[in-house]
Amino acid sequence: MTRVVVRYLPILILALAWEAASRLGLFSSLTLPALGDVAASWLELIRDGDLVSNGLTSMYRGTAGLVLAVVIGGGLGVAMASSRVVNALLAAPIEVFYPLPKSALIPVTVLWLGFGDGSKILLIFLGCMIPVTIGAYNGARGSDQVLLWSARSMGASRLRTLWDVVVPSALPEMLNGIRTALALSFILLVSSELIAAQQGFGYLIGYLGDNGSYPGMFAVVLTVAFLGFAADRLFQLLTGWLLRWRE
Amino acid sequence: MNDQAQIVVEGVTHTYRPPRGRPVPALAEVSLEVRRREFFALLGPSGCGKSTLLYLIGGFFATEAGRILVDGEPVAAPGADRGIVFQHFALFPWKTVRANVRYGLERLKIPRAEREARAQAMIDLVGLRGFEDSYPSQLSGGMKQRTAIARTLAFDPSILLMDEPFGALDAQTRALMQTELLGIWQRTPKTVIFVTHDVQEAVYLADRVAVMSARPGRIKTIVETRFGNRDPSLLRSPAFVEKVEEIWNLVRIEAIKAQGTEAP
Repeated sequence: MTRVVVRYLPILILALAWEAASRLGLFSSLTLPALGDVAASWLELIRDGDLVSNGLTSMYRGTAGLVLAVVIGGGLGVAMASSRVVNALLAAPIEVFYPLPKSALIPVTVLWLGFGDGSKILLIFLGCMIPVTIGAYNGARGSDQVLLWSARSMGASRLRTLWDVVVPSALPEMLNGIRTALALSFILLVSSELIAAQQGFGYLIGYLGDNGSYPGMFAVVLTVAFLGFAADRLFQLLTGWLLRWRE
Repeated sequence: MNDQAQIVVEGVTHTYRPPRGRPVPALAEVSLEVRRREFFALLGPSGCGKSTLLYLIGGFFATEAGRILVDGEPVAAPGADRGIVFQHFALFPWKTVRANVRYGLERLKIPRAEREARAQAMIDLVGLRGFEDSYPSQLSGGMKQRTAIARTLAFDPSILLMDEPFGALDAQTRALMQTELLGIWQRTPKTVIFVTHDVQEAVYLADRVAVMSARPGRIKTIVETRFGNRDPSLLRSPAFVEKVEEIWNLVRIEAIKAQGTEAP
């Protein structure tokens, strides 16, 4: 407990410095509203229901896109590692798609699926799939031949060994990829909602900013930052539990 | 003898083809027969293809030339009639001891209650009671190999293929495991093919020892090594020491040859 307090103490200091800086007039309240005002706006946004309804929309989009990316991306990575044909088909497209800034696809996904949930989910899926696929591929390629033989000699079919041996072998690297994807999903979610949406965290940030409600805008930004942090911590707990068999 | 032979290897030639580099001839015209319930050792210098021969019998590689019959049927794929124990244990690191031992029983669709009972019986047999919920990373080398043996015995294969199973263990653990293996083999009679480069181990455990020549591996000779009793005092008896000496002389020539063929 003390360790946790010490670890996050700098955040508290930063918050106090923020509050002091704006109270002392070092920044204009337009550039950096006082933290107290931000907190008041946050409570108001909660009471209005704006933060909750937009937040739920965003979380639905993010979760759906990420789940699709993990299931399909993980499957593709394992398939590429296990089949030369699949590898030959997918390696080049992934190589070309990899360095593309996925935010460039925001207008494309809007063109295809409109301003609603579909375009956001597609964008997050496309962006997050790559790190998951690469992690799963590298992990699966490293699976031990002797473990595959072992499973086969105990009656597992070739297909069955994919699930019993290749997937667990790929898991550590795949979880690394998913962690990257999780961070990426927040980036893609908020930027796509800022640019082309009628709902969601990004939309709310843009809307409040355009209307000059800067304390409210900061309140939403901090909320997104906290959710991103919490999601990453939860994911690390999950990773620790899934990999409890390691040293 | 033919009607008793459970495993027949006839004129098997095999070339090892590494993903990069030149193909290496691993086995040349290997023929042998292993009787039902026999303890048969394959002995030879490292790189003589003895593990390759074991993996061919296991069905992990396709036979290129010659044929291998198990119970009269040509070997086409790995199967649960041939259990295998590897030198480096090959336990599933993400499964507990219990889950590892249960794995083969699950694949063979043994009903749950029987599965649990058999897994527990095997864990008790190899002396791992109390470690059922440990992961392999928490076990010593000897305990890992016990788990691997329990896992293979659990689904009751009629043939046990063992690839230098005690090679990674320290001397004391090794001696204990040898005695335990003999005990298990006498209680649950199985045909065993045991690969090793340790002459004393081969003579102590096996009914017959096949001495293999340096690369490409051939069967140089097969020596009867059956003694009346097999308790550890045998290791000091003159007849045993003499047999070890005789086979060691055969192996030494091959070991020297093998060194000569190593690339400079």
